[in-house]
Amino acid sequence: MAKGRVHLEIDRCKACQLCITFCSRNVLGLDEHTINSLGYHPVTAVNPEECNGCAVCAMMCPDLVIEVERE
Amino acid sequence: MKTVAARPESLTGAQYHYCPGCTHGIIHRLVAEVIDELGIREKTIGICPVGCAVLAYDYFNCDMLEAAHGRAPAIATGIKRMLPENVVFTYQGDGDLASIGMAEILHASARGEKITVIFVNNAVYGMTGGQMAPTTLLGQVTTTSPYGRKAEVEGYPVRMAEILAENEGSAYIARTTVNKPANVRRTKKAIKKAFEIQQKGLGFTMVEILSACPTNWGLSPVQALEWIDENMIPYYPLGEFKNKEA
Amino acid sequence: MGKILMKGNEALAEGALIAGCQGFFGYPITPSSEIAEYMARKFPQLGGIFLQAESELAAINMVYGAAATGARVMTASSGPGISLKQEGISFIAEAELPCLIVNISRGGPGLGGIQPAQSDYFQATRGGGHGDYRLIVLAPSSVQEMMDYAIEGFDLADRYRIPVMLMAEGTLGQMMEPIYVREPVKPAIEKPWATTGCAGRSPNIINTLHLSPEVLEHRNQHLQRKYDQLQANESRAETFMTDDADLILVAFGLMSRVVKKAVIEARKQGIKVGLIRPITLWPFPDAIIKEAAEKAQMFLSVEISMGQMIEDIRLAVDGAVPVDFYGRIGIIPNPEEIYSEIIRIAEREGF
Ligand SMILES: Cc1ncc(C[n+]2csc(CCOP(=O)(O)OP(=O)(O)O)c2C)c(N)n1
Ligand code: SF4
Repeated sequence: MAKGRVHLEIDRCKACQLCITFCSRNVLGLDEHTINSLGYHPVTAVNPEECNGCAVCAMMCPDLVIEVERE
Repeated sequence: MKTVAARPESLTGAQYHYCPGCTHGIIHRLVAEVIDELGIREKTIGICPVGCAVLAYDYFNCDMLEAAHGRAPAIATGIKRMLPENVVFTYQGDGDLASIGMAEILHASARGEKITVIFVNNAVYGMTGGQMAPTTLLGQVTTTSPYGRKAEVEGYPVRMAEILAENEGSAYIARTTVNKPANVRRTKKAIKKAFEIQQKGLGFTMVEILSACPTNWGLSPVQALEWIDENMIPYYPLGEFKNKEA
Repeated sequence: MGKILMKGNEALAEGALIAGCQGFFGYPITPSSEIAEYMARKFPQLGGIFLQAESELAAINMVYGAAATGARVMTASSGPGISLKQEGISFIAEAELPCLIVNISRGGPGLGGIQPAQSDYFQATRGGGHGDYRLIVLAPSSVQEMMDYAIEGFDLADRYRIPVMLMAEGTLGQMMEPIYVREPVKPAIEKPWATTGCAGRSPNIINTLHLSPEVLEHRNQHLQRKYDQLQANESRAETFMTDDADLILVAFGLMSRVVKKAVIEARKQGIKVGLIRPITLWPFPDAIIKEAAEKAQMFLSVEISMGQMIEDIRLAVDGAVPVDFYGRIGIIPNPEEIYSEIIRIAEREGF
């Protein structure tokens, strides 16, 4: 399986969790320990090694938070 | 590693003012990706509505105009008639397009204006705080239909895709949604088709996109996407209603 | 070239073509429809765009879009149609899009009638729609001026980035007079702001929304400076026998020609009367009227309305002398009527 990597521009994140919901490999979660410049607990990669680079998270993100790379 | 998802060039990257989970953002990105893929950014002229997308001129990285409420199709007509080689699109909400701008959209379609309309149907007036829209569903509670929309009082929600497909001037009319990845892919395809058909000069093109307004629906972003499946799609069926190319 | 006989509305339309107008967007309404009909006949051969819109709302917004591409474009309408256009005109004024808006005026309020009237004066000179804005308003008084002001209107619109209104009574639109047809004009003003596609430059945005109070105020101050400049440089009036006049009549458009006849008759009787004809209804020729008020004893505003321009005359005169009014509506007062009014005032005031 292809290996992927997500880049998260966390200051754009509004914590809507659409990416988290649609990621089938549970790569993403909210970072409860951080508050971003918009005042949200932003998304973070909780299981980065699970990412296969399918880019569904970026597809469902309304706010251009996520860039995805694939091998 | 190669980048498989990134901000399209046709977006400026300015931070959106939309609420968390508002799918206006997804739709903006799809339109921009299509413009990139067709290589038409430098000849595209967009028109934003009055509605939550009023600031879209800050988000799309091409020439943009901002319209009076509902008049975007008339402005698009003026531009396209003067510059037939350019690509012209409007981006409109349901109050803008299906209520105050009903005459302008109907006649742009009837005339077969070679423009592309991105119609964001979220069944509510988002910007003004959740009042009833012409597309508000029967029974749906809004701030101006606080007991739920009743057919006897407020009449029935309008199905714009079906109405406009009837017009001879319409070349491509589709209804899609962005509530899950497969639907996002279909929406992008429909938007691309619409722009291509505009460029072929076949007539008026519109993609109606069922979109979530979690804030005014009083739902979480994820619940709002489910609400589209459960409540909107049964009344607003997805699909192509007109395709002069097919 | 010699003179040719032309109808007012057609001279105006031909003037627009001479000015390089490339698009007309309108909705039929008497007594302006002939302008649209003329354009509908001409544009297909000239390669311009004629489009009959579904309403005046749509027509003015088509003008908004077409003017945004940098082309010289126009619309024409009357009374109820001009009212519908006000939303768009407000947007056009703030977006600073040059265009020509023609009001071949009729009587109101409501559906009113198609007879001659000047009762859209307030609407034309106060902006007409929402917000602090003005249009340049030109008032021709002859068929020749219908053509000439259309040409000049486009030039002013481009130079100041402002919508220009040409307002004429329906009668002037219908009148036939021999006129000189002018030479074609090549529009020379660059429009780097136009939305034409952003090839080779960063995107242009045409927008009237300003959510920040600072920006909103800044925009309004910017417009105001332009209006100040217009008031200083472009206000215009014709004066006739005003130098020694006791009584100065003020009238615009076709009305002014009728008044001129009455003035000539009264002069024959030794009554010292004169005429000021505002050519630009906005910017109003305040300075010319103020100066005349230093010598004259009295002003008389003659209008085809219940009295609108009289307010501007009073503002310009600023209490120096009294300003009287004579007006009809739906009917152009004839020279005899105005002559009698002059005599009545002269006897009363001892001029
Ligand atoms: C002439 C006019 N009437 C009313 C308004 C107020 N207004 C602003 S946005 C809006 C409704 C927009 O709703 P919609 O088109 O559904 O877009 P959304 O905000 O849901 O994306 C209204 C009524 C206005 N700006 N102009
Ligand atoms: S009010 Fe609704 S449509 Fe508007 S930005 Fe918020 S979620 Fe989106």
